Amino acid sequence: MSAIELPYQTEPHPVTGVTSGKLGIWLFLASEVMLFGSLFSSYVLLRVGTGQEFWPTGVEAGLSVPIGTFNTLVLIGSSVTMVMSWASLKMNKLGAFKAYLGTTIGLGTLFLVVKGFEWSAKFSHGVFPAVGWPTATDPSTFYALYYTLTGLHALHVLLGILPNLWLLVFGIAMWKTDPERFTGRIEIAGLYWHFVDLVWIFLFPVLYLL
Amino acid sequence: MDEAEVREHIRTYVLVFSALAVLTVVTVGISYIDLATGPAIALAMAVALVKAGLVAGFFMHLVSENRVIHWMLLLCFAFFVFLMFLPLGTHLGIHPLWPPSG
Repeated sequence: MSAIELPYQTEPHPVTGVTSGKLGIWLFLASEVMLFGSLFSSYVLLRVGTGQEFWPTGVEAGLSVPIGTFNTLVLIGSSVTMVMSWASLKMNKLGAFKAYLGTTIGLGTLFLVVKGFEWSAKFSHGVFPAVGWPTATDPSTFYALYYTLTGLHALHVLLGILPNLWLLVFGIAMWKTDPERFTGRIEIAGLYWHFVDLVWIFLFPVLYLL
Repeated sequence: MDEAEVREHIRTYVLVFSALAVLTVVTVGISYIDLATGPAIALAMAVALVKAGLVAGFFMHLVSENRVIHWMLLLCFAFFVFLMFLPLGTHLGIHPLWPPSG
């Protein structure tokens, strides 16, 4: 019995003009936009409903802008190394690919470690998500949003690191048998990774600066 | 895509990375200026939109992507904008589904 081959993995589909994998990841990312969109919408509702005088800025709530800025630069850096790993494959430079993808994984992990320190510092100061409506001195609703949004985002970072790690360690075997398909996989993994970066580009000002 | 073309892409990636780093510093710098909440939010979101456009356009290759993807994302964006303005109904006292009937 021969294995069933999924069509249009490297050749574009005649109707859509893109490969099945690329169409699939973009559809998935569109659904992700709605997932994060619903939470951003909740943020707008709670912030407008609470009233400006009761809503703390990130700094007033005790977040560190330098740490947030550092993590933003880490994630932007990881996006560049991700796209460079794809470009390396396009130039048949497997060594450079490994170095760039490895750096992407490292930077993603660094982001999570920094985030972990931020969360644990808040927990050790008794800062937890909301249990009631905020007052002038209680930023708990802000923190409910902060933990939900950054928690969901961190989960996305983790779920980006794991496939990248798999591709670097095991998936790379495909480079010998079907390099074009492997390059396509890296492009798709990259699209997801850039989306995670894109979400953080909005989360950083919303939570830390405004 | 030949090697010269990829090298051209790489130059773009480095430029985009520099722009993203500069814009990150700019958005932090703006937050230290004592602006009213409205303009501060508008300015920060404008910078974030430019950064997001750079990531989506160049790192995610949307500038050269197929029309199918563009149309799909346009539809997605329309629903996203609707979601963002949904809370406005509550703010303006419009509650078409509240109280629930029956």
